[in-house]
Amino acid sequence: MRRFRIFALLPVLFALGGCNFVVLRPSGDIALQQRDLLVVSTLLMLLIIIPVMALTAFFAWKYRQSNKAADYRPDWDHSTQLELVIWAAPLLIIICLGALTWMGTHLLDPYRPLDRLAREQPLTKSEPPLEVEVVALDWKWLFIYPQYGVATVNELAAPLDRAIDFRITSSAVMNSFYIPALAGQIYAMPGMQTKLHAVINKPGTFEGFSANYSGAGFSGMRFAFLGLSNADFDKWIGEAKASGGNLQRADYLELERPSENVPVQRFGSVEPALFSAILNMCVEPGKMCMAEMASIDAQGGLGLEGVNNVLPRALAYDKYTRRGAVFGPEPTFVAGICTIEELEAAKAPSLARIGVPDLSPLTGAGLTPPAYTTIRAPSMSLIDALRPTNS
Amino acid sequence: MFDNPAVLKAIFGRLTLDQLPLHEPIVVATFLVVALGGIAVVGAITYFRLWGYLWREWFTSVDHKKIGIMYMALATIMLLRGFADAIMMRLQQSLAFNGSEGYLNAHHYDQIFTAHGVIMIFFVAMPFVTGLMNYVVPLQIGARDVSFPFLNNFSFWMTAGGVVLVMMSLFIGEFAQTGWLAYPPLSGIAYSPNSGVDYYIWALQIAGVGTTLSGINLIATIVKMRAPGMTLMRMPVFTWTSLCTNVLIVAAFPVLTAVLVLLSLDRYVGTNFFTNDFGGSPMMYVNFIWIWGHPEVYILILPVFGVFSEVTSTFAGKRLFGYTSMVYATVVITVLSYLVWLHHFFTMGSGASVNSFFGITTMIISIPTGAKMFNWLFTMYRGRIRFELPMMWTIAFMLTFVIGGMTGVLLAVPPADFILHNSLFLIAHFHNVIIGGVVFGIFAGINFWFPKAFGFKLDDFWGKVSFWFWVIGFYVAFMPLYALGLMGVTRRLRVFEDPSLQIWFVIAAFGAFLILLGIVAFLVQIAVSIRNREKLRDTTGDPWNARTLEWATSSPPPAYNFAFTPVVHDLDAWWDMKENGYKRPLEGFKPIHMPSNTGTGVIIAVLSVATGFGLVWYMWWLAALGFVGILAVAIAHTFNYHRSFNIPAEEVARTEAARTRLLAGQA
Repeated sequence: MRRFRIFALLPVLFALGGCNFVVLRPSGDIALQQRDLLVVSTLLMLLIIIPVMALTAFFAWKYRQSNKAADYRPDWDHSTQLELVIWAAPLLIIICLGALTWMGTHLLDPYRPLDRLAREQPLTKSEPPLEVEVVALDWKWLFIYPQYGVATVNELAAPLDRAIDFRITSSAVMNSFYIPALAGQIYAMPGMQTKLHAVINKPGTFEGFSANYSGAGFSGMRFAFLGLSNADFDKWIGEAKASGGNLQRADYLELERPSENVPVQRFGSVEPALFSAILNMCVEPGKMCMAEMASIDAQGGLGLEGVNNVLPRALAYDKYTRRGAVFGPEPTFVAGICTIEELEAAKAPSLARIGVPDLSPLTGAGLTPPAYTTIRAPSMSLIDALRPTNS
Repeated sequence: MFDNPAVLKAIFGRLTLDQLPLHEPIVVATFLVVALGGIAVVGAITYFRLWGYLWREWFTSVDHKKIGIMYMALATIMLLRGFADAIMMRLQQSLAFNGSEGYLNAHHYDQIFTAHGVIMIFFVAMPFVTGLMNYVVPLQIGARDVSFPFLNNFSFWMTAGGVVLVMMSLFIGEFAQTGWLAYPPLSGIAYSPNSGVDYYIWALQIAGVGTTLSGINLIATIVKMRAPGMTLMRMPVFTWTSLCTNVLIVAAFPVLTAVLVLLSLDRYVGTNFFTNDFGGSPMMYVNFIWIWGHPEVYILILPVFGVFSEVTSTFAGKRLFGYTSMVYATVVITVLSYLVWLHHFFTMGSGASVNSFFGITTMIISIPTGAKMFNWLFTMYRGRIRFELPMMWTIAFMLTFVIGGMTGVLLAVPPADFILHNSLFLIAHFHNVIIGGVVFGIFAGINFWFPKAFGFKLDDFWGKVSFWFWVIGFYVAFMPLYALGLMGVTRRLRVFEDPSLQIWFVIAAFGAFLILLGIVAFLVQIAVSIRNREKLRDTTGDPWNARTLEWATSSPPPAYNFAFTPVVHDLDAWWDMKENGYKRPLEGFKPIHMPSNTGTGVIIAVLSVATGFGLVWYMWWLAALGFVGILAVAIAHTFNYHRSFNIPAEEVARTEAARTRLLAGQA
């Protein structure tokens, strides 16, 4: 009977086998390539790890004290040939792995636009990528679809085999935007924008979450990611539009308040410049946008006068007791001069003037460094463009 | 008068009665247990009239051996605290499924994982390695003490001061709920307005003073106080790795101090270094903290690499294979450890070139590390291996650490890191190298040097019980986490949705329980060994037939370590002396000049804790008083001219004669 007792463990094994190793079996092309890199690197390293482990066990057994037959040379402590092998073997593996890393890192850079939708399926220029603006809030996710003018909370959908361009930021603290089935993660940080390019190839409902601890409600910061066929995606957008809700700044400030385990919400329309305002940390009325502050600073700043340009922070909510440092000033913010719409309007020419990095896809051959056009010193006309006209 | 809130506020700052966690039954129960235990210990010390003895012989001692032992004791106590946190986390994560919230609320759970990380790194691993270095290095280089004996005592008490502040946070107020590195903006005043992060800051600042000074001390000791003939390339490998570690400490800890100063400025005076608004950059904090944090992991692992080198060559009965390449490997690791910090946050969105640079430098570190592994391997080759406890820990290390090394290199490939970053795979990886490397090494070191420190060996049976529970427990606890990481499960989660994950967490919790048995067995091992000390007694001073100078003197060594400074002619100096028929000098002893004990270190540390406590709770009078007190005591200490004394030649002769009798008796 005894030998059959081992079968009592079988249900456990089945339970384990039923698990979803999503990182090893992803459904998006980017995650798939990252998985491949993971597997290849592991195999490369096993080339040296397995012999080392085997030799450790073998030497420990063979040269045990009780084995008097084994060779014993207490003064043997050097061998140039062996030392050469000892240093060269790991070096060779690291050279291979390093080359793999250099290429993989460049080709799978989350900022790099996709050049294929799947293996043997190059990107077609006809269909523009789906744009999604992602905001990590305390403690839920807001997704804005600028091309469709809708927004959702804690639910994200994308059509199959269409490139997705994520632009990601956060409202308060650091989070990490991660859908294991789709692509690797990237941090969501307040006042900063990160980017992710990905594509989903298989239909289904996948799990997305924050992968960076962000406070008390962190565990509930999950959302469903739906991979839908084109028709289903259009239907989904239609439902969102029909849901009616309207996400304006005031609504956003309401939504932004900390809350946990938030159910899915949909908004049929969204204020167009909302994401830009969140990113520039100027959703609160009257607050200066970061882009505006940066361009004023680029002109030399407002000088000492600038310190007077602050208003007491009229908090939309107060998370705990107080938000200021004990010896610091009462919480304030810099008063804005122009609105986000004016900034948006001014941004287009100024960006063109500064010049953007060459974003053309890397082919992997030669890997030329991205070429930057030189930055010309901004002229005073920029700040004039930013200034509101009161006439 | 006391019903006036302004008066109360002036006296107690923001400390009010509702800051005591009386509403958390788990904390109250813990407090009762700790309080009862504390009362029992204090009562016993008073009953047996040990206070005077402890004060004179231990607390005020400047003897590096006693300070080393105190570091080890401190680390062992904190291991229990840190492990209690670990098992609570494992329990919570194995329960919180199917709609259950588990038994910990977010406020409590988030403190626990933060405290676990902080305590295990700063107050367990650090004092363990510092304790080993403190005890062994001066003996290994044939010195009588460290360069600055008082500074050594002071460093220890500052570390202990940090411990006291962390323990206080358990019962008065709260600890940080930020994760062990307290990334802003979460750790800024806006999102963590309570006392937790302030406890974190001041505990680390106070302990950091101790760590930095002890680093300076040991560098000076190794550079200046080696026995005649011990050139750098004749230094034992453990001394080499200690030297590199302390160089790392001295270069890295000031960065931690600086970044915590900036964070406290943000929190106290409203600067904007790491805030979201007014041009602050939290990313700068993340960079700074890892510029300290990455060398920190090498600070922990390098000394135990030295331990394994000593143990392997001793128990294989053989010279260490490739000593020179071992030394160069250590130095290369030391330098490279400053060039890899960004691999902790590839996902922050640095460009591909930056990410690949840091990924590849990380991989390059695995080359010297691999060379070390081969050197231990070929030290075993053609040896005669005795499987005593230290050697068993070493073999377990070699088999376990390579797995952790492999997953580490895997995480250094940026695209692979994108899918594994912050996952339980990462947790499994760093426990694999810290338990499989640092902890195993510390146990190897404790079992190896315990007979030197106390004059009797540790019990073999309970040592083996502890060994097997630790090793098997480690695999059972952390292999499931590798699997969970590949299922996309991230770290620091309190509740789970997917019920199929539960079985893995239950297995991991069972593994943690096995480790608990390993820790208990270790404590039993020490207790049993003390009870059977006469049977386990070693009179030779060299119970393992070892190779380096610390084994040349008696066990435990006399206060002055060596009656005559030994002269070194070869690497493995003691082996060389044994081979060439070294004779102990039996006469001609001279008086020995030794440093005097002083209570200044204890007093300054107590004042530092008071200052820290005052700063945490905004009790400005206490902080000011404490700070002025520190300055006053430090200045007063400079006027203390009774700093040294001579051990008379007759006493040295008596001590050495006693050893001669012992040696003759066992022969």
